[in-house]
Amino acid sequence: MTAPPHDCLARNEWICGAYLSSRRQILWDAVLQHLQLTALSVLLGLVIAVPLAVAARRWRWAAGPVLGVTTVLYTIPSLAMFSLLLPVYGLSASLVVAGLVLYSLTLLVRNILAGLRAVPEDTRQAARGMGYGPVRLLLAVELPLAVPAAMAGLRIATVSAVSLVTVGAIVGYGGLGNLIYSGMNTYFKAQVLTASVLCVVIAVAADLVLLGIQRLLTPWTRAEPA
Amino acid sequence: MNTLSDAWSWLTSAAHWSGENGIWHRLGEHLWLTALCLVLSCLIALPVALVLGHLGKGGTLAVNISNVGRAVPTFAILVLLLLTPLGKYGEGPTIVALILFAVPPLLTNAYVGMREVDRDVVRAARGMGMTGRQLLLRVEVPLALPLILTGVRIAAVQLVATATLAALAGGGGLGRIITAGFNLASTPQVVAGAVLVAVFALVVEGIFEAVQRFAPQWARGGSG
Repeated sequence: MTAPPHDCLARNEWICGAYLSSRRQILWDAVLQHLQLTALSVLLGLVIAVPLAVAARRWRWAAGPVLGVTTVLYTIPSLAMFSLLLPVYGLSASLVVAGLVLYSLTLLVRNILAGLRAVPEDTRQAARGMGYGPVRLLLAVELPLAVPAAMAGLRIATVSAVSLVTVGAIVGYGGLGNLIYSGMNTYFKAQVLTASVLCVVIAVAADLVLLGIQRLLTPWTRAEPA
Repeated sequence: MNTLSDAWSWLTSAAHWSGENGIWHRLGEHLWLTALCLVLSCLIALPVALVLGHLGKGGTLAVNISNVGRAVPTFAILVLLLLTPLGKYGEGPTIVALILFAVPPLLTNAYVGMREVDRDVVRAARGMGMTGRQLLLRVEVPLALPLILTGVRIAAVQLVATATLAALAGGGGLGRIITAGFNLASTPQVVAGAVLVAVFALVVEGIFEAVQRFAPQWARGGSG
């Protein structure tokens, strides 16, 4: 009788160095797909959310429908959201991105709108008095002042997106979620734990990077003592 | 358009509503899981949050636990629990995962609600000679109720979503209709299941909206 191999893979342990070294390429590809899906959907969400928030700020009647629709979208569970998009996109990465964009919209629109509404009326009038037109007022005064609130929304949206990408495993585009899904079917503990930990690491890292960007974009918030 | 009519005929066929895999059975499972875990998580989270809020301690923990919950993928926790010894006990992993994701919003909202109670009111109640228990039950909890209820609503919607995902890890509930549809490569069934889940989530959200809207003034607070 030959002795079974005595490594952690054969014993199916949760923490396994041999898994990390032998599956490096698979892990790297999954991380890359995870980052691409997250980044693409949050950026698309931002591109759509800014005009929506500006419109909701400018025209009072637009605020209700915009906030209402995005809130309804946010209430729909992720698995159902991806499934509802199946007839439109089929089994593709676009389906995952589209679903994540819809989710990030709620958080982004709400926060950007709150930021725009918080711009003091005095500031706005001062800018008008200096001869700023509506476009320049928006681009040079209102949007920069809304950055802290918008960045708070962007951070929440990004962290949520990192976590929701895993559900994309249902259509085969879930980044690290694919590894969790296949690890579940084969009862592969090391793979499930490694992929899960990497998800959390990506979420925390993305949050810290965005926090850094926020600091760089809003130097005036650091000038006053807290 | 074709997929929609196919999904509609899937939904309206009587055979899909009865039996072990039927819609009624799955809906019952979903409702049961959501309600059971909502009660359990309230029993766990609310006493802790109310006491911490009353004492004014553990604020960092109570507020940050929501951010931590957001960073951890629900799907990962479901699968991790399934692979632990707990996975042998049927719905065990699902129930534990559901509670884990319902506790943070309950804890955070109840704690913040307790801390936002006007300090002057609290001091006045103390000055009237109220004991800590009276202060907690007669002053702080009633005033914090709007935010506590908001936490319960967020937790309920979260539970419906998590219970759907549990189907991916072999749990019951309406999500099973979707996963079975994917396994059968039947787009109409996937869409029909998704519509059921979405409607269920929106109904739960709507019920809580209505409860908050029609509750007595003092339970609604300023913004609801």
